[in-house]
Amino acid sequence: MQLIQCPWCGPREEVEFHYGGQAHVAYPDNPAELSDQEWAHFVFFRDNPKGRFAERWCHSVGCRRWFNAIRDTVTYRFECVYRLDDPKAVTS
Amino acid sequence: MAELLPTHPLEAWSTAFERLPDTVRVVVEPFVAMVDVRLGDVGSQARSRLGVDLPTVPNTWVSTDAGRVVWLGPDEWLLTSTTEAPEELEARVRTAVLPMGGSAADVSAQRIGLRLTGAHARDVLAKGCSIDVHPRAFCRGSSVQTTLGLAGVVLLALAGDDYLVLVRSSFAAYLADWLLDAVLEFSTTHHS
Repeated sequence: MQLIQCPWCGPREEVEFHYGGQAHVAYPDNPAELSDQEWAHFVFFRDNPKGRFAERWCHSVGCRRWFNAIRDTVTYRFECVYRLDDPKAVTS
Repeated sequence: MAELLPTHPLEAWSTAFERLPDTVRVVVEPFVAMVDVRLGDVGSQARSRLGVDLPTVPNTWVSTDAGRVVWLGPDEWLLTSTTEAPEELEARVRTAVLPMGGSAADVSAQRIGLRLTGAHARDVLAKGCSIDVHPRAFCRGSSVQTTLGLAGVVLLALAGDDYLVLVRSSFAAYLADWLLDAVLEFSTTHHS
């Protein structure tokens, strides 16, 4: 089974984790001013890249903390994990 | 009105546990008071107010005068006490952490403890847990939140071949059955 590195608990089996979708989706500055279409884009529209993707994960069985990860959607390989308050990781 | 007496969810399993061989002993721990503490800033103040150092190293626990403090997350701990009543412990800890912006909640009814001892205790855990619990990697003072079988547990290393499993009360019956099944291989006489 694939191991995922929790920034706090260390490497754990993937079944301990919960997927949280794309990371770094910023909440609109003025949500009241958004049109329905813009709101729908914020709520429902996500990137779907082939390759490296910044995602949110939660170590739901362990420390129950959310963190971010860069994962390759082709190989399923986790390139790095970083905490929510860290800037978006840049991978080569 | 009829008096409501606390009953242990594993009362019905005590006979089955007593029959287990010495190589894998499962003992149901008595109820202890537990409080979940959330605290963002663990400074020297926390120690003087709480009377104990909250462990900041992930996956560890420390003992206190009458209980334990288990690391649950970067800003979360589980405090247990065998001498205080749950509401006393909650009130004391809440008074201590509230001025520091923390919180405390009584979670005594959330989990129950199962003590696993014996030469094969580790082998039984290995049947349903991916964590390396060999004393080399998981010595006294180590703790881990993971799954045992299908139940989420907090596992504490008390000594070599001596483990404490904290499991949610609602999962206790499942875990008790799972343990009895996992122990079968190490029982000299099989009971059905």
